[in-house]
Amino acid sequence: MRRLLKPIKDVGIVGYGAYVPMFRIKNEEIGRVWGVNGFPIQEKSVNNLDEDAITIGIEAARNALKRARINPREIRALWFGTESKPYAVKPSATVIAEAIGATPDLDAADFEFACKAGTEALQAAIGFVGSGMAKYAMAIGADTSQGRPGDHLEFTASAGGAAYIVGEKTSETLAYFEGSYSYVTDTPDFWRRQHEHYPRHGNRFTGEPAYFHQIVSAAKGLMEELDYSPSDFDYAVFHQPNVKFPLTVAKILGIPKEKVLPGLLSGIIGNTYSGATLVGISAVLDIAKPGDRILWVSFGSGAGSDAFSLIVQDAIEEKRELAPKTMDYVNRKKYLDYALYAKHRGKYIM
Amino acid sequence: MGRPMQVSRYWRHFKEKYRLIGGKCKNCGHVHFPKRPVCPECGGKDIEDFQFSGKGKVVSWTIVRNPPSGYEYYKPYPIALVELEEGPVVLAQLTDVDPEEIDFGMEVEMVTRKVREFEEDGIILYGYKFRPPIK
Ligand SMILES: [Zn+2]
Repeated sequence: MRRLLKPIKDVGIVGYGAYVPMFRIKNEEIGRVWGVNGFPIQEKSVNNLDEDAITIGIEAARNALKRARINPREIRALWFGTESKPYAVKPSATVIAEAIGATPDLDAADFEFACKAGTEALQAAIGFVGSGMAKYAMAIGADTSQGRPGDHLEFTASAGGAAYIVGEKTSETLAYFEGSYSYVTDTPDFWRRQHEHYPRHGNRFTGEPAYFHQIVSAAKGLMEELDYSPSDFDYAVFHQPNVKFPLTVAKILGIPKEKVLPGLLSGIIGNTYSGATLVGISAVLDIAKPGDRILWVSFGSGAGSDAFSLIVQDAIEEKRELAPKTMDYVNRKKYLDYALYAKHRGKYIM
Repeated sequence: MGRPMQVSRYWRHFKEKYRLIGGKCKNCGHVHFPKRPVCPECGGKDIEDFQFSGKGKVVSWTIVRNPPSGYEYYKPYPIALVELEEGPVVLAQLTDVDPEEIDFGMEVEMVTRKVREFEEDGIILYGYKFRPPIK
């Protein structure tokens, strides 16, 4: 029984773009307010007052278009993965589609699956293009995620995202998909009920049966199906709710730390949820060489993982220069104290 | 609940506000923003959509401390006259910049951001703003 996901046509990434807001708050500053020390990361990104998941998606999408150099009217689907949609009812994807000039001849929808909504949109885009239904499809993952004040999630929940344009594999393709694999089980490790502001989580339950089980199973499933071993990969990007978890996954799989660090940004921008692996992969594409093979495994609570194997092509060298690099955004930063951060995150009830 | 009249008034301008689409006269080639039915240069009535690059420079600016209703949460914020590289001058908010960093002639680029929210249950308006270029 074949478990690998592979479309009829070979498809790949024709354009990618990331965006990370410029504000940061240090974990130390959050810890000062709540009397906590010993932190999961150094600092995390915070959206500006006028930014939300939609505006983050727009800038990431525009960067992807700059690299793809295609007419946005040729995009037949725009799928937006997020868990911080500005509207409870009303698609965000239509706003982004309008802002990049892709309307009206396309399908648009919001995807939801905690932190893996972005890769879920990507799986769908691969199928849409790989079946021959569409020339191009765009998948975006972006969030301005919230943690309850004082909860351990508040130290990492951050803002950012990235966009990928999928097209049929040609010499213009920056990197193509060798295949993908999805693994899901019903695991209540993290949830938010309707009308609640902040999510809840099953504390210790989040690690073993949820994050580690899903990611390791997805990575192993993909490697078995493709007949690869960890040493076949030059880079690996795993969902990054903090720094420790993805490094532990690498250790379990036997992938050296050096292959994980280039795409591991959570220590300095936090957990961008639906954007997390998409932003990490964008940082890797900014530096990877033609021929490199990249392992990409997301994770979403609830729970599941999507795993992809990507091969970088020659076109990367020229096209990566056509839009700001991920590290250009990561290195652009202004620090907030907790009071201003609370205003940026809408934590004051007025 | 919704205010249908107001929503439709904004909706008609989404393209212009989200993407900085103005007009170009097919007769004399003059570009303007926002798009007008008649060319301000030659009076021609054949005007096509024109996509501005979004690059420009600050020609004048001030800090808004007592904003109109719907903008209070963003105060204080800078507002500027930005001369687009194609010529027209637009009035817009600057974002991602501290007041002391703003200077005459400063290069800026267009971004689409939240401009205004109508109460907790109203629509969210997105539109162009300008910020210092990323690189
Ligand atoms: Zn004219």
